[in-house]
Amino acid sequence: MTPAAAPERTSSGARGLVPVPGPRERAGDRLFRLIVTGFALLTLATVAALAWQLTRGSLGTWRAFGASFLWGRTWDPVNDVFGALPFLYGTLVTSLIALLIAVPLGVGTAVFLTELAPRRLASAVGFAVELLAAVPSVILGLMGMYLLVPAVRFVEPSLERWLGFLPFFRGAAYGLGLLTAGLILSLMILPYVTAITRDVLATVPRSLKEALYALGATRWEVVRGVSLPYARPGILGAVFLALGRALGETMAVTMVIGNTPRISASLFSPGYSMAAVIANELAEAVSDAHLSALIAIGLTLLGVTIVVNGLARLLIYRLERPR
Amino acid sequence: MSGHPARRKRTNALMLGLTALCALLSASALFAILGYIAWKGASAVSWAFLTRLPVPVGETGGGIANSVLGSLEVVGLAALIGVPVGVLGGVYLAEYGRGRLAFWVRYAADVLNGVPSIVVGLFAYALIVLPMKRFSALSGSVALSVIMVPVVLRSTEDFLRLVPGTIREAALALGVPRWKVTLRVVLPSASRGILTGALLAVSRVAGETAPLIFTAFGNTFWGRGLLEPVATLPLTIYNYAISPYDDWHRQAWAAALVLMLFVLAVNLAARLWLRPRAAN
Repeated sequence: MTPAAAPERTSSGARGLVPVPGPRERAGDRLFRLIVTGFALLTLATVAALAWQLTRGSLGTWRAFGASFLWGRTWDPVNDVFGALPFLYGTLVTSLIALLIAVPLGVGTAVFLTELAPRRLASAVGFAVELLAAVPSVILGLMGMYLLVPAVRFVEPSLERWLGFLPFFRGAAYGLGLLTAGLILSLMILPYVTAITRDVLATVPRSLKEALYALGATRWEVVRGVSLPYARPGILGAVFLALGRALGETMAVTMVIGNTPRISASLFSPGYSMAAVIANELAEAVSDAHLSALIAIGLTLLGVTIVVNGLARLLIYRLERPR
Repeated sequence: MSGHPARRKRTNALMLGLTALCALLSASALFAILGYIAWKGASAVSWAFLTRLPVPVGETGGGIANSVLGSLEVVGLAALIGVPVGVLGGVYLAEYGRGRLAFWVRYAADVLNGVPSIVVGLFAYALIVLPMKRFSALSGSVALSVIMVPVVLRSTEDFLRLVPGTIREAALALGVPRWKVTLRVVLPSASRGILTGALLAVSRVAGETAPLIFTAFGNTFWGRGLLEPVATLPLTIYNYAISPYDDWHRQAWAAALVLMLFVLAVNLAARLWLRPRAAN
């Protein structure tokens, strides 16, 4: 239908757009519209209520410690002294380890799926990687505790022998610690990196690639010269989205990170994460100050993930817009 | 594109080989996980394990019946809350969703989708557990439903948008009221896709543990209604896994196998069986 056939209040057509409600809306239509609008508003209200509840619940902590709560290094529920830095540090370090592993692996997989694999193989491998995202995190945590922790404990001495000149690879080999948590996290964010990078690589125009092929380039040169640069903003978006997931991941991290509020340069040492301390202590928090401090950590986590996810959306959406 | 042709070919083969290795590693992760859980869990899963209550440490023969039932209860109630809210919100976005309000609703759904599940648990704790002064199945369901809503909402919107505008116009031209067009024509033609989204949301929350720790809390007996604490499968796995008892570890693996099979079944059903051919 053309705009001429559908006058001002009706815009329609193949895109699935429908008439805008006009003055002659029937009573039933109006009721229906109000009902679905109400349900849509419920989503909006949930986000508002979430932010409000966490803000209200953590007011005590912000009053007592101010912003210095975020860089306080002591976490002592017995004496009501609370500082979140060890948790911020653990969350950040484990997420970075996860990105360092998952991004190259995911981008490599995505390149293979879009540029190299026959279609059948690509969809099978893609499916297997996507299903990885469906594995509950408590199950990954269970595997981490009984499979990965012993393995890491076994490997750590050799890591120290070869890389011990770096401060990250020193110290006693517990197995439980930042490194193990980062490894588990990398497995959890791999599907996101792979799936988004694959989708982004699929949007690279054929003509650009063919232009380079016509000049005699090899496949890898086309990937490096055209596909990856073209897809870079989208891949960056995937990285941020994966980071957002990693920051808030709870169970698998809680089960292998060692749950010790300590800041140590060594990745072998046990640590703690923001999500993990909430999971471990909230149900047992007796004093109001303790509860408030845990909710303050939750609010901080919420703020960080909203910013990170916002950046991701910005980068990915920019790609979806026609250029 | 500089260098000797032979060297360029070697680089090409090397780098492409590396990407193939990446793909092999990524894909084998899933099979390694599934295989290991099946291997560790299979020996402990039995009919008795699925139908009996847990027993105290030291006694043998305990089961996870209460956790299975509790999970079904908590996830079922979460779906009863989350799916209608998500679907109707999606109807709003697809059928009326232009302008500022729609922008904010979409934005809120995106934000909600990215909120860590532990934070959603905190929300349910502050909203329901603290005022009622008790852990309850209801608070767990509310937490899970908050996680479900954005997933269902966005998938509903996407699938409704795939319904051609001409179908709506054909029905409207026959004089059918708009609400009836939406309910009787548009929604049914997108029903498979909407169901897919709902099932994927269910499979996602079925394995959620973090938001249940301080809402549904857990229970070693049968749950006694929505306002009492209840055991759930993921939380039982967690509690057994971090316990110091070998027998409980064995049960944790068995319970993990049960949960994994349930999540996989729902997930595969959603992806393979329900996927509308037109949407591909």
